[in-house]
Amino acid sequence: MSDNNTQQQGKAVQTTGHAWDGDLQEFNNPLPRWWIWTFYATIIFSLGYWIIYPTWPYANTFTKGVGNTITFQNSAGEEVTTHWNTRSLLIEDMQTGEEALKQKAYLEKVNAASYEEILSDPDMMAFANSMAKVVFADNCAACHGPGGDLPEQAFGLYPNVADDAWLWGGTTTEIEQTITHGRNGFMPAFGKSLNDEKLEQLANYVLGLSGHSVETDKAAAGQKIFQGQEGGCYYCHGTDGTGLKSQGAANLTDAVWTVANVPGAVKEEGKVAAVKSVIKNGITRQMPQWKSRLGVEQIKLLTLYVHELGGGE
Amino acid sequence: MKFRFAHESIEINAGLLIGLTLLVISIGGLVEIVPLFYIDETIEEVEGVRPYTPLEQAGRDIYVREGCYTCHSQMIRPFRDELLRYGHYSLAAESQYDHPFQWGSKRTGPDLARVGEKYSNEWHVQHLEAPRSVVPESIMPNYPWLSETALNTSDIEGKLRALKMVGVPYSDTDEEYQANVERFGEEAAKMLDIHSAEKNLIAQAQAGNYDGDRSNLTEMDAMVAYLQLLGTLVDFSKYDEGYFAEFR
Ligand code: HEC
Ligand code: HEC
Ligand code: HEC
Repeated sequence: MSDNNTQQQGKAVQTTGHAWDGDLQEFNNPLPRWWIWTFYATIIFSLGYWIIYPTWPYANTFTKGVGNTITFQNSAGEEVTTHWNTRSLLIEDMQTGEEALKQKAYLEKVNAASYEEILSDPDMMAFANSMAKVVFADNCAACHGPGGDLPEQAFGLYPNVADDAWLWGGTTTEIEQTITHGRNGFMPAFGKSLNDEKLEQLANYVLGLSGHSVETDKAAAGQKIFQGQEGGCYYCHGTDGTGLKSQGAANLTDAVWTVANVPGAVKEEGKVAAVKSVIKNGITRQMPQWKSRLGVEQIKLLTLYVHELGGGE
Repeated sequence: MKFRFAHESIEINAGLLIGLTLLVISIGGLVEIVPLFYIDETIEEVEGVRPYTPLEQAGRDIYVREGCYTCHSQMIRPFRDELLRYGHYSLAAESQYDHPFQWGSKRTGPDLARVGEKYSNEWHVQHLEAPRSVVPESIMPNYPWLSETALNTSDIEGKLRALKMVGVPYSDTDEEYQANVERFGEEAAKMLDIHSAEKNLIAQAQAGNYDGDRSNLTEMDAMVAYLQLLGTLVDFSKYDEGYFAEFR
């Protein structure tokens, strides 16, 4: 240490010995007392920590901490006691944590009740909606949009689940099936088997089904293809065009479009072109299955949520 | 002479200061890292985890090249809120063949450790090309070139060889192949054979049709194949939760 001292408030204070600009000096004060003691305290704290928590490796294992255990129940219902670790802590939190227990009580009620019972119980519906909203946002919104209604750009890729038109059915049983096992929306492409003229005729017929003004002679020719062996559309969409839920085949007689971007077209030709392109190219859309990712309670809550979003049946 | 600790002599000697700082920091690092290599409980014993197939590995390399890790972690922590959002917490076993691992802690976007099979292939293609077309408020960049760039398959054998050198059990010899059959099953073992890496890569892309276009093999095929695998290898319904706690 340097022996340079200077006077400050009457006391001798050590300096680093440099002087700039003649008399500008740098103090070499010792660290403040409080700082030193805090430092020593952290060392003492770590000694305690080493004893209580898993810390030191030795041989091919490590010290597990003294007198610091976590007890939880395994799936067989037996009590298991382990040394402190974050995984056991999580299990304990899921089994006895305040928030988890509150949620669990509701989930058990949801599990035991039928859909009708929950739908007519405002308290349970409030819980269902608040929890399902989050689950929907985490898992479903990326495809179906945050409130179940799609961003405009995603039109045709994913169906709107906030409306009352259902491909696969809007009863709670059907919605639960959809979410649990997923769905494959499939319509074959007719671009190879039907020429452009016939596609045009079909498109006119299909648009006519939902009350659009169309060229009647083309629509009449389209009807023959639709209802006959050549197109075989009736096989999936029904002779009246109202669709078939077991196939996920769309209802063509309502104003709701899920693939053909008819609403996005301004002029009649645009509408015909939109429908034509769907018939020509076919459709393959996949709704993933959720049974391996979500629990039965979560699926039940989602079913209720989606049922209420759109006009459930 | 009375001994006095001369911190000043360290402070005014830059070389010594750097040297001693490195020493102190590396003690911290060594004490925390080295034991993990020999403690028995580090990697959980679970069924199902295998090295990446050539196509998935190619996808992983593109993931790293594009810097997806700057916004996405692949490590679900053992907390209740993470469990509810993402699913089961990540196991060490699940990233044992990752070089380098993609755990991370920066989450501008969501964690991707269990994104596999969550969405359809079509969604991934659409989302990577133009995230805002499906998630309007997204701030993820567009990656349109993935669909346009042909996947380079010629170097895949070399990549697997390099990974083998750091301990990933891709097989070179017949013996290693047989060991893999025993360890991972025949189907997986075939995929891990270095000599048919390029052939396997092309076959998997053809069969999976990840980018929705069978006529060409693009980087998108590899990327989607990789994303669809993430977090799907372990069947957690087979294990009691307490089992994983035994490894900590
Ligand atoms: C990868 C995108 C994707 C995700 C994620 C997704 N869906 Fe779907 N969903 C679809 C597609 C595509 C369809 C239409 C299937 C078809 O064309 O028949 C669909 C259809 C549905 C239907 C049937 C609609 C009808 O009209 O019958 C419901 C209900 C539904 N999804 C609910 C959900 C819920 C709840 C979730 C979250 C757990 C979810 N979806 C997540 C893509 C997705
Ligand atoms: C194998 C069954 C099947 C056959 C045959 C079939 N469709 Fe479809 N069609 C479907 C399904 C399923 C959907 C809904 C797809 C989806 O939502 O993913 C659909 C959707 C459509 C749509 C889009 C409706 C909308 O809301 O956007 C049109 C238009 C259509 N079909 C017309 C036809 C015509 C015309 C034919 C005959 C040439 C035909 N379909 C034959 C199954 C079929
Ligand atoms: C600038 C930060 C950023 C970068 C870089 C980025 N992402 Fe994202 N990513 C996001 C954000 C934010 C979201 C959430 C919104 C969304 O779904 O687009 C997201 C969402 C996702 C999702 C959906 C996750 C889920 O569970 O819904 C996937 C998959 C994904 N990104 C993959 C990638 C891949 C692959 C790359 C590299 C090619 C990448 N991301 C690069 C920010 C980023």
